[in-house]
Amino acid sequence: MTMVFGVPLQALLGQLLVGLINGSFYALLSLGLAIIFGLLRIINFAHGAQYMLGAFVAYLLLAYAGIGYWGALILAPLIVGLAGAAIERLALSRLYDLDPLYGLLFTFGLALAIEGSFRYVYGSAGQPYAVPQALTGARNLGFMVLPNYRGWVVVASLAICVATWLAIEKTKFGAYLRAATENPTLVRAFGVNVPLLLTFTYGLGAALAGLAGVMAAPIYQVSPLMGSNIIIVVFAVVVVGGMGSILGAVVTGYMLGLCEGLTKVFYPEASNIVIFVIMAIVLLIRPAGLFGRTA
Amino acid sequence: MTDAALAPAAGRSKGRGVALIAVGLVLLAVAPFVVYPIFVMKLLCFALFAAAFNLLLGYAGLLSFGHAAFFGGAAYFTAHAVKEWGLTPELGVLVGVAGASALGLAVGFLAIRRQGIYFAMITLALAQMFFFFCLQAKFTHGEDGIQGVPRGHLFGVIDLNQPLAMYGFVAVVFLAGMVAIHRITESPFGMILKSIRENERRATSLGISVGSYKLAAFVMSAALAGLAGATKALVFQFATLTDVGWQMSGEVILMTLLGGIGTMIGPVVGAAIVTALENYLATSDFPPTIVIGVAFMLCVLAFRRGVVGELLATRWGKRLAGRGED
Repeated sequence: MTMVFGVPLQALLGQLLVGLINGSFYALLSLGLAIIFGLLRIINFAHGAQYMLGAFVAYLLLAYAGIGYWGALILAPLIVGLAGAAIERLALSRLYDLDPLYGLLFTFGLALAIEGSFRYVYGSAGQPYAVPQALTGARNLGFMVLPNYRGWVVVASLAICVATWLAIEKTKFGAYLRAATENPTLVRAFGVNVPLLLTFTYGLGAALAGLAGVMAAPIYQVSPLMGSNIIIVVFAVVVVGGMGSILGAVVTGYMLGLCEGLTKVFYPEASNIVIFVIMAIVLLIRPAGLFGRTA
Repeated sequence: MTDAALAPAAGRSKGRGVALIAVGLVLLAVAPFVVYPIFVMKLLCFALFAAAFNLLLGYAGLLSFGHAAFFGGAAYFTAHAVKEWGLTPELGVLVGVAGASALGLAVGFLAIRRQGIYFAMITLALAQMFFFFCLQAKFTHGEDGIQGVPRGHLFGVIDLNQPLAMYGFVAVVFLAGMVAIHRITESPFGMILKSIRENERRATSLGISVGSYKLAAFVMSAALAGLAGATKALVFQFATLTDVGWQMSGEVILMTLLGGIGTMIGPVVGAAIVTALENYLATSDFPPTIVIGVAFMLCVLAFRRGVVGELLATRWGKRLAGRGED
């Protein structure tokens, strides 16, 4: 068997794949966080809860409406996004004139309430969600065996990240969004409905989290706690990458996922904290973050 | 208005302040005979914790989302020192406070490199890192926590297993902590913190070394949070992961927000409300997380000044304070 630094190649590649999968979710979630922060100047603490909500909607659609994975992949983000837009309209829109910390606190409370409710109804244990028929099985890549579903998650999340980036950089809507980020008052003077844009943006961010949740459902179990475990790591990812650039958030997500995977091979005890350690080191060397602009 | 015209008003408000403190002391002395003493001690620990947190948020304007690390960390250090090393309670508490201060120095040093919302996220992430450390380290006993911590004899003389002696000890620690916080906020140091909160750039331009003041405030706040956590470990005779988790960091924010950010007694009132609510909910099977989450949302939307802040904003409150509350 081939060995790399005293570790079997198979184990190394296996953990790197796990890292890449985790990294895909970090990237998707920090992408949504960065979009919301860019325009609303709010750190969406409920992002983890919305990710969990996406997974649960998929689970409930299957259990009560018989709608499978592919249907859920469209419906769940739509539902989570609409719920997000409603929250923005009813509550977040009242907080824009205040210190941005109030937005963080509000969404923190929202996350607690959502997670608490789901725990009350469904308990803390995870519910299994089957891999869709078309993506079961695995293929042999010669150097390793890749389960089809995991390959799909990596490809799909990359595609979503690239598509979102293109939508923001190349389309007219994206141009409005970027302009409103720079100077909302001026954009409003040009006749763009900025409040609607804000609502839409928050909905979009929430929908991205919901989409990540549906994709995560077959890999991790569908559990009320799945969101709070991941959101703090994603915060660290965002601190490392800086929220100045969307591309930065995505690249950092994948990179830190891979670092986590590598740590699992060489020093498993530290795999839980490696991302936080990297965050601390980045803060020491480059406080603005790898891709951040200095404030 | 001239100084002479101001003087009597200031004198009156000082008189009222003394009266309020006297009422507080009487309440503190009577409480253990009226309410279950353990509950009052728990309340005092959380009140001190919230007041320590408020020192940072209310006066320096820094929102730490990781204060549970100092509270729960000190609980672990004290529990370990008292149980494994056989130290007396007051030395055990000192070990806890020293540990929390060291932890605060490390976390603060990294966190003050960024401002505002990033500061909150960094403290949260570093506290979570400490949580995972506590989960895996040998001396914390993982999921079990440190159980059966002896209360021991204060200064080797006073037996803290006597409920009233323990209560007296907690009350003295609480009062000492509150006096320390009051002194800090009223000192020139506290004034500089407020100026940094109001306008960081101007403070910098006036030649104030903003970073070191923030760090000093952070360490003081961590030390006082540690004092609360260390005392709590002695009261309940255990230290567990609950006290270092992010939920606890959130809870102390809620206590402060609910009571009134930037006021002296706000955090105490907030801690009383939250602790009483949790005690009440513990008997039903309704999860407290939902209530806490909803309380958070309501506070942020409609009640940002908190109970004490709203009271002070009324005409009666303004007269009582004798001046515009900052």
